[in-house]
Amino acid sequence: MILEVILVFVMLVAAIAAGIFKDLLNAIIATGFVSFLAAILFYFLQAPDVAMAEASIGAALTVAIFIIAIKKTKRFEEDEEGS
Amino acid sequence: MRKAVSFILVVIIAIGIGFSLQEVPFGKTKSEVRKYYLEKGIEQTGATNIVTSVVVSYRGFDTLGEVTVLFIAAIGLSAVLYRKEERLKKEVRKSSLILYTGCRFLFPLIILFGAYIFIHGHLTPGGGFQGGAVIASAFLLTMLGCWRWGGINRNRFKITESLSGLIFVVVGLLGLLYGGYFLLNYLPKGMPNELFSAGIIPIIYIAIGFKVGSEITGIIDNMTRSG
Repeated sequence: MILEVILVFVMLVAAIAAGIFKDLLNAIIATGFVSFLAAILFYFLQAPDVAMAEASIGAALTVAIFIIAIKKTKRFEEDEEGS
Repeated sequence: MRKAVSFILVVIIAIGIGFSLQEVPFGKTKSEVRKYYLEKGIEQTGATNIVTSVVVSYRGFDTLGEVTVLFIAAIGLSAVLYRKEERLKKEVRKSSLILYTGCRFLFPLIILFGAYIFIHGHLTPGGGFQGGAVIASAFLLTMLGCWRWGGINRNRFKITESLSGLIFVVVGLLGLLYGGYFLLNYLPKGMPNELFSAGIIPIIYIAIGFKVGSEITGIIDNMTRSG
């Protein structure tokens, strides 16, 4: 029980960090970390089917596709004007 | 200014969601259908994994829709990004010995694990979607670190994808022919907990596994080739 609460809090921190990072590579790794922790949480909540899908799609394939997309475009987010 | 407006909007949405979820009891079951699946699932479909019996048998038509959505996404991506690329071959570097050996050692093991997941989809957790994703991650591994990557053989992957989709639909239509409705489980159900049991469920899940694996590999291949 206490482990699950800790996992949820680390997930929250990682998700907020993913929104804040200006370096998009770091942001992608943070989202991958969120997916990885979600997979562990699903396993604890007795849903191994969902955990398997989350681990392979969320933590591996999505991160890889985003990284390929970043390689083709730009790595750093620019400050938006007028803020 | 824009930030203030968007902050106010987010607060309003949060309050709305909070109020609308206030009446919903969390963690209590309200639906009777869950009990029905748990009690009658093994008897009616022959699959020990109740999730599989819901996904492929009770809600099989929805799964066909899901597979179609993935198919359309893959087609759209290849329509946007398709390019006959010769530039890729020049850029390829040879990977170091440790990386090469490790990749070559891991690739068949990951493929085997993915195949295990979708072949045993009706017995153990997992199924076509999960197994297909694991197989696609094996191809991703070869793409990242392994032998000189000239891209996958697109035609073979296209044929695999189309054939497995066709198998799904044909198996479903045979049910229409035999008993009067789509995706009827017309094969003998056998003993629960055996590999050859649950009628058409393993056939459909193996087809889904091949389809998802080849589709996601095709998506990644299109991404690496273009631009």
